[in-house]
Amino acid sequence: MLKNRIIPCLDVKNGRVVKGINFVDLKDAGDPVEQAKIYSDGGADEICFLDITASNENRETIYDVVKKTSKKCFVPLTVGGGVRTVEDINKLLNCGADKVSINTAAVQNPEVVVESSKKFGSQCIVVAIDAKKNGDNWEIFTHGGRNNTGTDAIEFAKKMEDTGAGELLVTSMDRDGTQVGYDIELMAKISSKVNIPVIASGGVGNLDHLVDGIKLGNASAVLAASIFHYGKHSVKEAKEYLDLKGIPVRI
Amino acid sequence: MNVTIVDYNSGNISSVINSFSEVANEKVNIEVTSDLNKIKSSDKIVLPGQGSFKSCVDALNNINGLVDTLNEFVINDKKPLLGICVGLQMFADVGYEETETKGLGWISGKVLKIDNQDGKYKLPHIGWNQINIVKDSKIFKNIENNSHMYFVHSYEFVPEDKNVVSATTEYSSNIVCSVEKENIFGTQFHPEKSDKTGLKIIDNFINL
Repeated sequence: MLKNRIIPCLDVKNGRVVKGINFVDLKDAGDPVEQAKIYSDGGADEICFLDITASNENRETIYDVVKKTSKKCFVPLTVGGGVRTVEDINKLLNCGADKVSINTAAVQNPEVVVESSKKFGSQCIVVAIDAKKNGDNWEIFTHGGRNNTGTDAIEFAKKMEDTGAGELLVTSMDRDGTQVGYDIELMAKISSKVNIPVIASGGVGNLDHLVDGIKLGNASAVLAASIFHYGKHSVKEAKEYLDLKGIPVRI
Repeated sequence: MNVTIVDYNSGNISSVINSFSEVANEKVNIEVTSDLNKIKSSDKIVLPGQGSFKSCVDALNNINGLVDTLNEFVINDKKPLLGICVGLQMFADVGYEETETKGLGWISGKVLKIDNQDGKYKLPHIGWNQINIVKDSKIFKNIENNSHMYFVHSYEFVPEDKNVVSATTEYSSNIVCSVEKENIFGTQFHPEKSDKTGLKIIDNFINL
């Protein structure tokens, strides 16, 4: 039976983890490689790096991080943030990323999704959808949530499936950072509309939120950042809790 | 011993390279190449494959003499080969992804789209699934039945002779996820991304 996945996400800026796990045995709390290794040893089903490096001159740092991590972690590695072109994707894959997530570029230039999924296969193309509720609908935001495109998120999700995305990483901008739980309605709507897996993101504050994302939001995978940081919960704890709640997980 | 990972522009092979390098001890030399002479003289071959069946077959054919060299290695010399993902699928006579495409024909059978039962099953089949070992396979030495492996695929290999099947996984139906026919080994899942159990399978292949 296929298991639901738990994906810890690390924000990386200029090659360093911005928030992170605060374990006593951690030699360097800012080292993304070491943190990723802790997650994968703890049973993370995948690892996600979100590169939030603002300046272009420091952009190269993420390649080095990916290269080092992929030599240490033997679970899938997804990298997103600032991915604009097919060449960006090619470079990340060559460094050892297994999947690349595309956000702003997928909205502005869907041809990137078409071309890259043809060239590298849909399996490594994740389209990241940042959506915010507006009345009864959700609208797509780009540039790390700063720009409202006015595009309907549900329709866009369907379009991305048809365009060649292998998975959708859906983040609720309303919930992101709030720790009040995923936007279940948004997850469930998108999940019922598309036939590709949906990864729920944005708003996790406790382990029940992970359960809800899967049970109510019908997500195939749940992504979380802050609950795994500072040792609040370990990935292992999260999996044991999901197992207790009857959700199939890899233990 | 020389183990060659065939580099034929089949998509991203860095994870395969990293995992084999991780497992290999000092007596094992891991080569990544499309050089026909190096392939011929190696002891074992790894045939990765990402993207579509058609794109991988096209990529093999784009390298002059590569298919002949692989045939010689596998069929005449009977040296061990491990196909991963589309690398395994290409063992078939024919695949139907994008368009009907002739495979290598090493193990009779077809590669068909997984039946998603009217949307009941999401495709691609992505994530960790358990394998049901149905036959003793040398690459499953010390691998427990029902171990979790990492999958990413929408198509499945349906061999004519079920005796070649060494493991299946349940997704919509019992999907063939590993085969062994004499010196030919293949996994539909990605051992290079399946954590310690996956690395053990790679280790088993290297130590055949």
